[in-house]
Formats: sequence, structure tokens, C-alpha cells
Amino acid sequence: MENRITKLFTTKDKEILSIYFTAGYPDLNDTETIISELEKHGADLIEVGMPFSDPVADGVVIQQSSEIALDNGMTIHLLFEQLKEIRKHVSVPLILMGYLNPVMQFGIENFCKRCSEIGIDGTIIPDLPLEVYETEYKTIFEAYSVSNIFLITPQTSDERIRKIDGLSSGFIYMVSSSSTTGAKDAVDQEQLAYFERVSKMELRSKRLIGFGISDKHTFQRACSYANGAIIGSAFITAITGEGRIEGKVRQFMNKFES
Amino acid sequence: MNYQSDDKGYYGIFGGAFIPEMMHQNIDQLQNSYLEIIGSESFKEEFKLLLTDYAGRPSPLYYSDRLSDHYNAHIYLKREDLNHTGSHKINNTIGQILLAKRLGKTRIIAETGAGQHGVATATVCARAGLECIVYMGAVDVARQSPNVEKMKMLGAEVRAVQSGSKTLKDATNEAIRDWINNPVDTHYIIGSVVGPHPYPDMVARFQSVISEEIRVQLKSKVGRETPDYVIACVGGGSNAAGAFYHFLNEPSVKLIAVEAAGKGVDTGESAATTQLGKPGILHGSRSLLMQTADGQVIEPYSISAGLDYPGIGPMHANLFTTQRAQFLSATDTEALEAALYLSQKEGIIPALESAHALAALNMIAFKPDDIVVVNVSGRGDKDMETFLNYYQSVK
Repeated sequence: MENRITKLFTTKDKEILSIYFTAGYPDLNDTETIISELEKHGADLIEVGMPFSDPVADGVVIQQSSEIALDNGMTIHLLFEQLKEIRKHVSVPLILMGYLNPVMQFGIENFCKRCSEIGIDGTIIPDLPLEVYETEYKTIFEAYSVSNIFLITPQTSDERIRKIDGLSSGFIYMVSSSSTTGAKDAVDQEQLAYFERVSKMELRSKRLIGFGISDKHTFQRACSYANGAIIGSAFITAITGEGRIEGKVRQFMNKFES
Repeated sequence: MNYQSDDKGYYGIFGGAFIPEMMHQNIDQLQNSYLEIIGSESFKEEFKLLLTDYAGRPSPLYYSDRLSDHYNAHIYLKREDLNHTGSHKINNTIGQILLAKRLGKTRIIAETGAGQHGVATATVCARAGLECIVYMGAVDVARQSPNVEKMKMLGAEVRAVQSGSKTLKDATNEAIRDWINNPVDTHYIIGSVVGPHPYPDMVARFQSVISEEIRVQLKSKVGRETPDYVIACVGGGSNAAGAFYHFLNEPSVKLIAVEAAGKGVDTGESAATTQLGKPGILHGSRSLLMQTADGQVIEPYSISAGLDYPGIGPMHANLFTTQRAQFLSATDTEALEAALYLSQKEGIIPALESAHALAALNMIAFKPDDIVVVNVSGRGDKDMETFLNYYQSVK
């Protein structure tokens, strides 16, 4: 079966809206509801966070959602249980995002196998470096048709971006600035120069911009430099607090309707 | 068998650099330049001069008559407690600040648990005229206030970390996040032989002066360079790495690493990583790690804030797995008793961390002619409150 991420880009390559949330937050069993609602209200791609006790690449919002999710009892085993039937009613590409240690303890091969059985299309594992992926894990991911997505940052050299481009099968995740998630919210000169530098490289991979995207304005601005953008912390903040989860997701997504 | 890291930073299956892309540029720069920089003549000269005139090295190797009588062996104490700032931590911070200067960095960050590494970092930053920010768990800020005051007096900013369990692991997370947010002007001085390659190897090299001196000092005292035993405590493991370094490939030297058992290895309140951990990834390297079956990191416990860490340096994980070193553990009480014993028999008040190494003297059957070196990694000034609370409670 064709990977849904690849398929998405053949039908749409502009203004792709990808939403991240932490599985098990705000409530342990919200996972399926959030995914369904996001799809219903226009998300093109969904990243489901696997919470970790020590998320070093994340700012305070995702740290806190991860802590609460773990307190609620979220594990990779439970997440796969919750997602077991997801493909009966959800068709957007699904990506699991999380740190390497819990995945390693689950077992890399076992993890990829479960992803493939359930219909998970990709993974983002920030602390799995390119070099280790290439030498130790690439063949396993490919055997199960799971696209591992790599990050690039303003500090990433052209040479390294080319290498990442060559290894990417889903898209390239462009971290918008030198920061942890949710930290910065303004596009500055340095960022523009970086976006333009990467645009000019004419990469074969599609690109989504993440980190610091929070509303329609920042989303559209990011979209002018890439195929779309990713929203994480701002969405988590929006689904925090009182109210039914369906309503909170709808309210947030309505802001992006054109 | 080689117990040093290979050129990718692996000690057997442990080590490596498991870092997010946001740290790649800085780590790559360090990996590609650290050996050349610290191997250069000008660096070696400056490092040596500062270790001598600023830190007060060589630290004495002291023959303890009374411990030798008591344990019926020849017991020597390596007096790292006599260094400037009160522990071995200064060896590493002097090395790294010289490196940071050569890399053109203007801002220094560090993590600290008990505050010893924080003070040693603030000290070298004051001397070098560099901005210094120390991340310290809010819990540790409250229980180690003298060190917090010292860092402030030295001109450093101490940031109390409110995330997670608010101790050393979380301070390290926060320092890493700072580096991700400030990749250009900042150097991160990691305080132990942990973190992504090249840190474990680099910090071990800076600390290796400990075993280099032991060899020279033993030679002049007993006519041979190698002892029968070297004993050191292990949290992340920097003082042990330094004390073992030049003996790693001398099979006749028994290396004893002493972890903090806390209230007991099986009580759920312990920091004995080799007993309780399994291979995992934290703070950029693969090592032994205390974790749940789902791979979430478990909060360790020890009365000693410096040993209160859920991991262990990859060098030590390899020494454990290959059985090159023997790993023992001492409980809070055993460490407190050992600290009291050394204080009253030799007039030396050791740090709580070092007291764990001293406690191991009770656990080994020595032969009368054995030469034993215990690394007294730091002094106990910072632990006076803990000591007094304990000794009053048992009186």
C-alpha cells in the first residue's frame, strides 16, 4: 500500500496543515477523538506525540503535556492499543513523534511492525541522529514502509541538508529557528535567509516548517516558504483547560478555515 | 582490550552521540576539534600552569596510618578535596574553559546537582571574564544554599529548574534546552563523563591528571607506579574516570567503583545504576539507565546530591559490562558512618560522595601488603548540615 504521506503530497503540495498533540493529554483516552476531530476540521497530517520523561528538544508546553500524559498512564503499548482500529475511520497520514529511548525499549523492529500493521505512516524521533539511522535502522524502517522524518535547522549546512534530502522519504521537517518547541514566534531576518537558502536548493523532498507556528498568520507566512507548516505547542495550549475536547479542537481548527 | 572510546565515542556498545539536529553543529564542531585543541602545545602548557598555580595541583597522595592499621592494608588517600573549590570538578572546568575560549565562545552554561560543578564553573568563568549561567534543580537550590551563594558571589546567574523532579537530571535537560536556543555563542560545560561524544572522553581526559599523579606519587613512595586497588565513587563518574584512566589497561590494578545504594538497592530509593539499570539513551549517549519497562527515566535517590543521577557515564557502563571494574554500592548510612570515621581518625571531613568510596573499604578482603588508593574526590563543607542531622539523630 502506498504511504499516505507520499500520497498526500501528490494531491496537495501547498498550505499543508499538520497538527501535533501529545497522546494521553489532556485525558488518557482522548487520542482517537482528537485525531478524528482534527481530520474532520481540516488537518492534512497528524503527529501523535509519544510522551517521554525527558523531552530535551521541547519547550515548556510540550514538557507539561508529556508529564501529565505519563501521569495519566500513557505508554507506547497503550497508544498502539488505542490506535488499533483507527484506520477504519481516519484516512489522513499519521506520524508518531517521540524520543528514542521508549522506542528502543519497545524494540525498533517490533515498533515498526506495529506501525505498519496499524497504518502509521511515519515517525519523527528527534534524538535519533541521521548517522545512526543510516547504519542501524534504515533497513528496518524501509522493510515496514515507515517514513522516518528528519529535522533541519538554521545551523544545518547545505551539504548535510543534501544528505538528509537523499535519505528522506516523507518530508523534511524544517525547524524554523534555533530553539526548542514553542519558544519563538517572530520571523526575523536570519530565519528568512534560512528559508530562502533552503528554497533555492531545489530539494527533491517536500518541506514543512515547524516550531513557532501558532495561528493563521504565522501559518500562512511559513507556507510561503514551504509546502506547509506544523503546529504543536499552540494546539496543546488550545486544548488545555475546561470544556469538551471536541469543541476545543473545532474552535482551534476553525481559525484556519479560509 | 581497549577501554577507551573509539573515534565515534563508543565504549563497546555504549556512548555515541544521540542528539537532536538542533545540537548537531555544536557537537560536530567539538568532535572535530577537541583532540587537536587539547593536544596542542599551547593548550597543554596553559592547562598545566593553571592546574598547578590556580587549582593547587598536584593534590597530595596521603598515607593513612590509622586506616591502614584498621583495614590491615596500605591505604593511601588521593586528596582531591584539597583542590581549589574543594573537589576534582575544577580539573574539568579549567580544561573546558580554555577550550571554549579557543572556540570563540562568550557565554558558558552548566548543570549542577550539589553545586560543586556549578561553583567550579562559575570560578573559571570569573577568571576568564565570561558570562556564566548555571542550571540547578529547584530542590537542590533549596538544600545546597551555601553553594548557590558562592556561585552568585562569583558573578554567575543561578537558574532554578522547576521541571520534572527539580534535581540534577532536570538541570541537565534545561542546560541542553538552553544550548539548543543559543547555538552560536554558547559552550556547555558538562560536569561529568556523560553526554554525547566527545564529552565522556574529553572530561575523562581532563580528569586523567588524577591517575597520572597517582602513578608518579606511588613510584616515589613505594617504588612502583601501580597500586593493587583504586577505589572511587560513581554518580556520572568523572572522578572515577580520572582515577582509573591510566590504570585501565593494567589488569593487575583492581578498579572498584562505588555507587550510591541510597536506602538500599532494593528499596526503590537508590541510585545504583549498574544494579538497577539497563541499556538506554539519556542526555545524548547510550549507557546504563534506570528506567521503567516503557523506557521512562526513573528518579534516583541518594542522600548525596552529586550521586543522585539515573545514568552513568558510558565508559563505566562498559567497565561494568566487561567486568574490568567491580561495582559495589554503599547505602546512605554506610557513607555517613565512613565520613564520621575518616573525620575522627584522620581529621579529614570528606564530601558525602567521597564517603561512599571510603565505605567500600569495609566490603573488601585486603591482603596485608595490598596497596590501596581511595580517591577522596571532595571535601565535606557543603554537607555539614546533613552530617549534623545524622549524627545528632543517632547519638
